[in-house]
Amino acid sequence: MSNQKDIAKKIRREALKKNWRLFRRSKLGMIGLYIVIFFLFLSILQPILFITGVWNKGTYDPVVGYSEQFQEFLVVECPKEYPTEKYKDRSDCPGRTEVNIRTLFYSDAQVGETIIQNLQPAPPSRKHILGTDSLGRDVFSQIMEGSQVAFVLGLLSATLGVGISTILGTIAAFFGGKIDAYLMRQSDLILMLPTLPLLFIISAFAELQVWHLAVVLGTIGGLGGSVITIKSQALQVKVKPFVDSARITGGSRMNILFSHVLPNVAPLALLFMVFSVTGAIASESVLSFLGLLNIDMSWGLMIYLAQVEGFIFSGMKFWWLILPAGLSVTFLTGGFYLVGRGLDEVFNPRLRDR
Amino acid sequence: MNILEVKDLDMSYKTIDGEVEAVKKVSFSVKEGESFGIVGESGCGKTSVAMSLLQLQADNGKITNGEIIFDGKNIVGLSESELREVRWSGISIVFQGAMNSWNPVVKIGEQIREAMREHYPDKTKDENTKRIIELFDIVGLDSSIIDRFPHELSGGMKQRAVIALALSCDPKLIIADEPTTALDVVIQDQILKEIRKVQDVLGLSLIYISHDIAVIAEMTDNMAVMYAGSIVEMGKTSKVFSNPKHAYTRMLLESTPSIVGPKKKLRSLDGEPPSLINTDSYCLFSYRCPTPDDNCKNRNIEMELTKIDTDHYADKCCVNCG
Amino acid sequence: MKNTLIEVKNLEKYFEVSAGLFSRNKTIVKAVDGISFDIPFGSSLGLVGQSGCGKTTTARALSLLDPKTGGDIKFYNTDINDMQSIDDLEGEELKKFRRNIQMIFQDPYESLNPRWNIKDIILEPLNIHNIGDLKDREEAVYEILKTVGLTPPENYMPRYPHELSGGQRQRVSIARTLIMKPKFVVCDEPTSMLDVSIRISIMDLMLNLAKDLEVSYLYITHDLAVARYMCDRIAVMFNGKIVEIAETEELLNNPIHPYTKRLISSIPIPDPSYNRETYEVNFQELDSLIADNPNSDEMIEVSPNHLVGTHDVKEIL
Repeated sequence: MSNQKDIAKKIRREALKKNWRLFRRSKLGMIGLYIVIFFLFLSILQPILFITGVWNKGTYDPVVGYSEQFQEFLVVECPKEYPTEKYKDRSDCPGRTEVNIRTLFYSDAQVGETIIQNLQPAPPSRKHILGTDSLGRDVFSQIMEGSQVAFVLGLLSATLGVGISTILGTIAAFFGGKIDAYLMRQSDLILMLPTLPLLFIISAFAELQVWHLAVVLGTIGGLGGSVITIKSQALQVKVKPFVDSARITGGSRMNILFSHVLPNVAPLALLFMVFSVTGAIASESVLSFLGLLNIDMSWGLMIYLAQVEGFIFSGMKFWWLILPAGLSVTFLTGGFYLVGRGLDEVFNPRLRDR
Repeated sequence: MNILEVKDLDMSYKTIDGEVEAVKKVSFSVKEGESFGIVGESGCGKTSVAMSLLQLQADNGKITNGEIIFDGKNIVGLSESELREVRWSGISIVFQGAMNSWNPVVKIGEQIREAMREHYPDKTKDENTKRIIELFDIVGLDSSIIDRFPHELSGGMKQRAVIALALSCDPKLIIADEPTTALDVVIQDQILKEIRKVQDVLGLSLIYISHDIAVIAEMTDNMAVMYAGSIVEMGKTSKVFSNPKHAYTRMLLESTPSIVGPKKKLRSLDGEPPSLINTDSYCLFSYRCPTPDDNCKNRNIEMELTKIDTDHYADKCCVNCG
Repeated sequence: MKNTLIEVKNLEKYFEVSAGLFSRNKTIVKAVDGISFDIPFGSSLGLVGQSGCGKTTTARALSLLDPKTGGDIKFYNTDINDMQSIDDLEGEELKKFRRNIQMIFQDPYESLNPRWNIKDIILEPLNIHNIGDLKDREEAVYEILKTVGLTPPENYMPRYPHELSGGQRQRVSIARTLIMKPKFVVCDEPTSMLDVSIRISIMDLMLNLAKDLEVSYLYITHDLAVARYMCDRIAVMFNGKIVEIAETEELLNNPIHPYTKRLISSIPIPDPSYNRETYEVNFQELDSLIADNPNSDEMIEVSPNHLVGTHDVKEIL
């Protein structure tokens, strides 16, 4: 019977291959997968760069790093009225390598002189491919750090949430009666709760850290609507003849619950998990953006800092402070969503076009 | 006079595993007022034939070759709007699960009227209603059913109403694709009687598709036996039953239990129906043929019907074996 | 005379159905309304009737899936060499007793857990009852797969249900059922979803196994032709009651009850030259006739082993 194990291995490989083939047919799913893999690569790359010494911790650390960037500036005085010969309107003065004398406080430089000044936030350069922020920290490194946070938070909260809803959903389906009624009302209640305002209140009372947020988001997600969906799936499985035949044979309730019902709701649960990652990452960004999260670095925090320091209002002049973080949030949440769509086509034969 | 002539019809589906050749070189003809049966196992292509006749095959299916001549006109490759003319008013179809396809929130009568409006825009509502009552009478339904909702009817009544719907646009040919499979024997018996009555009263042609050879025996004048996408035996029903030539036909006959006659040992067939993906043109039954001859075993006989008798054809391979 | 394996007396199964969304009134539907029969060792009984007549409900009550409302089910218990009512069994005793009863379902696509491989599916009963060590169990699975004709077994054991055809799945169902060596198997239309060419091989397999292993079947079907092939005796069921029960050939040749006659007359015959006689029955009339009959549960014996419901036999005889 040894070749039986080989056959088993082969069959598993074939099944995997077939599912992969199905997934690959979904273009959106593949795009999503590439995006997710790209960010996963980024988040793994950062520690590697530090360990191998390619990046110096002092310069490139996303939180405490500092990179000196000096540049020569021509001291000018901006006119009161526009247009002048040199400047068309107010936003042209000072120009790229100029500095307005009125903004120089600790210098006795005169108009027409050149001075050497610290250039922060610095635009992208070879040293910092996405520039630095106003404190001289590398933006690219921050993006990498942010994607680590996003993955940890997203996957943690999604796993927790799906774990809770799968267990509760199957219990509701299986035991019915009062337990079911209670769980369903609880779900309705959680569904009605406005999540963000609730998070504001929680963060007002407690210093929310990333893993706190993951637990809160996971619990809210896990108790909410997904319980109802998982329950309906479990109800369908519960009345299948193979469950009946296990009962006829004398299988106990727990036996049937764990060996028949749970494995058959698992694909749906996985799907939920992928979709709920999206929500978790987005919530984190919103909370950080509002400054409600006690966190060293994240994409939301990067946008928050750009906003607090006023860079967000200067159009696209300081784009490297806003766009990379904003696009990262958009793309990674979108990427997970698309992966979910792709998986849906694998699990849901109805969506397949044969 | 033939109302329908199918010549060398090929139809295939594109799937993830490859190209499934569901219908291969199928040719048959149906005379006016005649009923023609197609029998075979599930997956043998009988429903695909029905769907190609109306060109209602799924999006991944395509007629790759052949002609379907209905009423003297080839309908393969007609535009969607021309096909709509043919569907219902020329050929109409009763599906296997048709009784479950009623819109649950619209009254039965209204749903039939809607189909009639589409095809006869000039007729008034009263005229249509009168016609529906006539049709209901033919299929054995009370006229009060017009104002009922689908959920108020039993399965058998719904299926009768489907037949009335199929008749509503005065088709010349009705395709009945396993119309009684989901029903139990007594209801099946009633529906079969109604279909036969309808055919007699209106002089329609009928294509009856079933996996049950007993039903085919009762319902049809001529029949075709399909296996793996091809017709393996065709002819007058009485001749096919009394003198089956192809091994598969014989197997079908010997594996159908009956409640009359002496109780006999039924014969079973080993193996599974073949996959239809990228097949060759040799006889696909040779895999399961109980006593294949050498040519058959070596798979060098092309599939082709050969004449056995007047109105009786069988595939060259596997004739006289088994 | 063989021993009786199972004896059913006045079995009743009622369902409560609420009349409407806000209505507190509950109507009682008598799905199975006082049926009695017995099945000897190694003999099989066909239960025939239209859909909705209570066949499946009977099956579920007999396989102890759903609790019955009333009546008694007695099994021959080899431990005490006597008939024993299932009401007397509880806990571990009941679990042990369950080995003797199995059920084969209609739909081979739904009756196997899609996430388990064939080996695990067939192993399940052995695991539940903790029979033998792991090696014995695997050996048993191997043997039973050979018995049901899935050879070589090692090719099938690691496969998943969706990789098998309908006929192969039904063979797996049968293997799973028989691995406990039950004495009584309830079959709920096990071949109605299979193709003709495969159907007979499954039926033959079941017949052979019945002979070899001394299994009795309660074979539920709506097709009298299939019942004739499979069963020694046939019981005809109508609206929750058995209206006629007799040896197979006797029932088919000498049907007494009008419902039986109607059922027989509606079976198509695979012979174009045969003309079926038509026999019409007004089912509503028949139903009210049965309902109004004061002693409707009793049956009379018209000839040896041929029992007919009393209600309108009196008018006919």
